[in-house]
Amino acid sequence: MGKPIPTPTTDSAAYWAGCNREELLYQRCGACGHVQFYPRRTCTACQAGDLDSLQSAQRGTIHSFTVVQRAANPAFNEDVPYVVALVDLDEGFRMMMNVVGDDRLSAAIGRRVRVVFEPRGEQKLPQATLEAAT
Amino acid sequence: MTGSALITGAADTPVGRLPGHSAMSMQAAAARAAIADAGLAADDVDGVLAAYSFTQPHLMLASAFCEYMGLRPSFNTAIQSGGATACSGIMLAAALVESGQCRHVLVVTGDNRLTGLPPGGAAAMLAQVGHPEFEQPYGLSVPAAYALVAQRYMHEYGVTAEHLAAIAVTQRAHAARHPHAHMRDPITVEDVMKSRMIATPLKLLDCCLVSDGAAAVVISAAHEFRDGRARIAILGSGQGHTHEHVSAAPSLTHFGCEASARQAFARAGVTPVDIDVAEIYDSFTITLAVELESIGFFGKGEAGPAAASGELGLKGRLPCNTHGGLLSYGHSGAAGGMFHVVEAVLQLRGSAGPRQVEGAALAFVHGDGGILSAHCSLVLGRVH
Repeated sequence: MGKPIPTPTTDSAAYWAGCNREELLYQRCGACGHVQFYPRRTCTACQAGDLDSLQSAQRGTIHSFTVVQRAANPAFNEDVPYVVALVDLDEGFRMMMNVVGDDRLSAAIGRRVRVVFEPRGEQKLPQATLEAAT
Repeated sequence: MTGSALITGAADTPVGRLPGHSAMSMQAAAARAAIADAGLAADDVDGVLAAYSFTQPHLMLASAFCEYMGLRPSFNTAIQSGGATACSGIMLAAALVESGQCRHVLVVTGDNRLTGLPPGGAAAMLAQVGHPEFEQPYGLSVPAAYALVAQRYMHEYGVTAEHLAAIAVTQRAHAARHPHAHMRDPITVEDVMKSRMIATPLKLLDCCLVSDGAAAVVISAAHEFRDGRARIAILGSGQGHTHEHVSAAPSLTHFGCEASARQAFARAGVTPVDIDVAEIYDSFTITLAVELESIGFFGKGEAGPAAASGELGLKGRLPCNTHGGLLSYGHSGAAGGMFHVVEAVLQLRGSAGPRQVEGAALAFVHGDGGILSAHCSLVLGRVH
């Protein structure tokens, strides 16, 4: 069995379609301005149902990360050691991504990343790659 | 409301590798033992709260359990809050007896995740708690999710891997004094540090066990109590909920245990310094460190050094997880959190044998489900 491929729902179809265009979409509440991720039809701050979809500039900072040495899902065995990170995008939302690339093990809290898109089946998946260390 | 619900029965089965049992047979064994411990007959039980099982999953596990055991209660439902299930069940059971809805409520948990699933099966099933679209495609395991917390927590508060290791060492020393414990061989900080890396910074011995086992308690209305034994009362309880998925957690350093503990202490009218013994959910060493600090027993970054200096030991400032916890006593799904409750009851009755904390009269029990997502705290006390 291969790695999980996201199955878009009615809440996330626009987001995943955006990924396939290499656009990273996030939501902002039309009522209160709250920024959120993942896509849904309710604002988590004010519970309004009026959410705008915006495009991220695809730059962010690693809030935390881990180097996985033992995968729970055998489909990831060949990737070990792989990096799972929580990335704070500059627009103010957080999402999980793998840090990918030959230098992935240099991931550290505070390191800047940019988003790249990994083809997985018919779906492109947002991933993070390290910006050059400053 | 406080103090009018009592824990009258508490029991667990052996834990560890128990081939030849099913989740249901173990739950029934624990239930029988808890009902007997309460001095009751099965017919006296008019409320049953069940949990969940990986090996015998059912949409209506509470009904399936009662059918299996031949119980026909007047209140019956299942609770699914991961590691908070046991404490949440007891909180609900207390409300049921305090409101007069029930006289005696059985809260039962148990699973055979070790022998009832193929090797690695429990870890693979647990990984499915990750968000199917926004976490699972990134290969998130439960240890990796807690590792994300650990990495950030260590970064902010200067906690070291050795600090976390000291927690595992302390709990193993406690488990060595418990005849039922799954893992009883003493370990050192060096053993933990040299154990296989799972997801940085968490190593194998930072992670809880996968065990077979079951545990159950009976919660009774105080006016139904007819035993000569110590009365163990539920003096306060509370919950806190902030998220389910770690990627949606509002913070990696502040969690719902702060609110749940605050509520439980306030309702009981006590503070952390009053607690004699603490039985706190420890799915990973970082889990216990975060919770000990968030609940108010220690300042930020102080739980690990406290473990290293013996403060969590049986004669320390805050004897903690005196049975060995999920790290060394055993972890059998929802029963993992119930083992903490059973141990607290034994401590308050003064019947914990070589693990007894002298004069223990007030206990704090805490369960956490998900990735520090769902929290429930209990203050239990011996009353007269």
